[in-house]
Amino acid sequence: MRIAIVDESAARASIIQEGLAALDDCEIFVLTERRALVARIGEIAPDIVLMDLGNPSRDVLEEYFAVSRALDRPIAMFVDESDEEEIAASVDAGVSAYVVDGLAPGRIRPLLDLAVRRFNAFARLQSELDDARGKLAAREMVDRAKRILMDSRGMAEPKAYAEMRKAAMDQGKRIADIAEAIVTAHELMGGK
Amino acid sequence: MTKEHLTIGFLPLVDACLPILALEHGFAEDEGLSLTLIRDLSWATVLDRLLYGHSDAAHLVAPLAIATTLGRGRPAQPLAVPFVLGLNGNAVTMRPELAREVGKPGELADPVEAGARLANIARSRKFAGNPLRFGVVHRHSSHNYMLRYWLAASGIVPDRDVTMATVPPPFCADALETGEVDAICVGEPWNSVAVERGVGEIVMATAQIWRRGVEKVLAMREPVLEQRRGAVEALIRALRRAGEHFVDPENQEVNAAILARPEYLDGHADLIRYAISDRLLLSRNSDAMYFADYMFQHREAANFPWVSQAQWLYSQMVRWDGLEYSAADAEDAARVFRPEVYRSALSGTGDLLPGASSKVEGSLSVPTAVGMQEGAMIMNNNAFFDGMVFDPEDVPAYLARLP
Repeated sequence: MRIAIVDESAARASIIQEGLAALDDCEIFVLTERRALVARIGEIAPDIVLMDLGNPSRDVLEEYFAVSRALDRPIAMFVDESDEEEIAASVDAGVSAYVVDGLAPGRIRPLLDLAVRRFNAFARLQSELDDARGKLAAREMVDRAKRILMDSRGMAEPKAYAEMRKAAMDQGKRIADIAEAIVTAHELMGGK
Repeated sequence: MTKEHLTIGFLPLVDACLPILALEHGFAEDEGLSLTLIRDLSWATVLDRLLYGHSDAAHLVAPLAIATTLGRGRPAQPLAVPFVLGLNGNAVTMRPELAREVGKPGELADPVEAGARLANIARSRKFAGNPLRFGVVHRHSSHNYMLRYWLAASGIVPDRDVTMATVPPPFCADALETGEVDAICVGEPWNSVAVERGVGEIVMATAQIWRRGVEKVLAMREPVLEQRRGAVEALIRALRRAGEHFVDPENQEVNAAILARPEYLDGHADLIRYAISDRLLLSRNSDAMYFADYMFQHREAANFPWVSQAQWLYSQMVRWDGLEYSAADAEDAARVFRPEVYRSALSGTGDLLPGASSKVEGSLSVPTAVGMQEGAMIMNNNAFFDGMVFDPEDVPAYLARLP
């Protein structure tokens, strides 16, 4: 079975590719370039195309499939009409799948399950990364606020931190929010 | 009071303005609604989210609502359109050298003259084995139907004399630059982006092809419309108020700035402002020119879902999608547009509500008073550029008269 993975994110494409490599009897093609996409798909002649929902070229690909159907090279949208649940799971995960008509559902389903799991795994990784970035930004903000308190009020570092923590507890806020307020106020007052 | 919540999908285009402004200016909130907007980058994904329940309603190219109802390209799912988000607002932009052969510098081309010149060029390009290539944003879009209408009426047979391809709006300027296409038909701000980059010049507005052509619609799954009827009617009232705000010249600057934000169009506020003030920058280094009715989001009950508009779209689907005309399909297509929901939402608000649900499209060439449920409204020119008239009572006869 020939599978094309179309994804502008090379990282995600390789995660999916890695997952699908476990399947027997599959040849996998990864397309990350937008240019000449339709021509490449034509050359590869895949049985299944997996594409992320955020890809602007989905409309281009669907147009191509609609036209090639007219030319008697049938490619159906998604899976069988009866497989609503599978489609809904794909949409939730952010992946769309185009399958050559007549391919046995028994072969499609495990593949799609895998793709959906891989997409979800990638989304989790991404949100962990965003989370980590957010934490880093919060720490930088706290450090800046601490320096402002140390400079402007002559506090020692532990005291500056303790003041911020107390304010956060009193106001029921996160320490990062207090830090942000201090930095913003400082900038408004003309500080650098 | 707990607010009813609605999620609306959209593509980053200027004509997604009404839901965005209904949220940003608090018109939705005034109606007891809280809105979440989901931005996507392809119509396929906007539609998938609508069909699988990620969104309750969507900003959608009108023909796609009908194609989905008829099961073109996807399993059939009945959609309902209780509100039209706007008329026209698209333009035909060509590579500069072609634009200068087809049109006149500094003005919008006359569609008849430009069509005749284009037909000559198309013939010689086809003869040379390098046919003209046109890009549209989706096969089931008004851009596709309007462009094909103009080409066919000018003696050019689309798909035979010229090739037609789908190009996503954000890539239109690139496609012109690389020569992947010679011309595109797309909405704003993407014509202006191509012009500003110097890779394209605007030759015509689609309003010149059909002065009152239906463009984007608010679409939802039919069962959702029934289940959420109260919320949908509240949304319609909020969208009408957003339209009133949108067309007031006083508000153009603030609205352009809102639409330009990263979570919406993520674009250039100056270019967006041209579009919402009906001004077009035809070529780089030219002055913006004013063209009344370039975008048409509010006046003359522009948001009223005329059943005849759905029927015209169906006629073009038959014409270009290789469909057999079927009375059953025609009826299903007509039922997608829901004027009774629009009327029920706005009755008692003082808004002008057409009494009829259908009209002969393209029949007015001069301002005409049209009877409303209360009083009358002046409706202006709604003509097709070739003078053809669409009578929804007899679609097959109309199709037979078309080239």
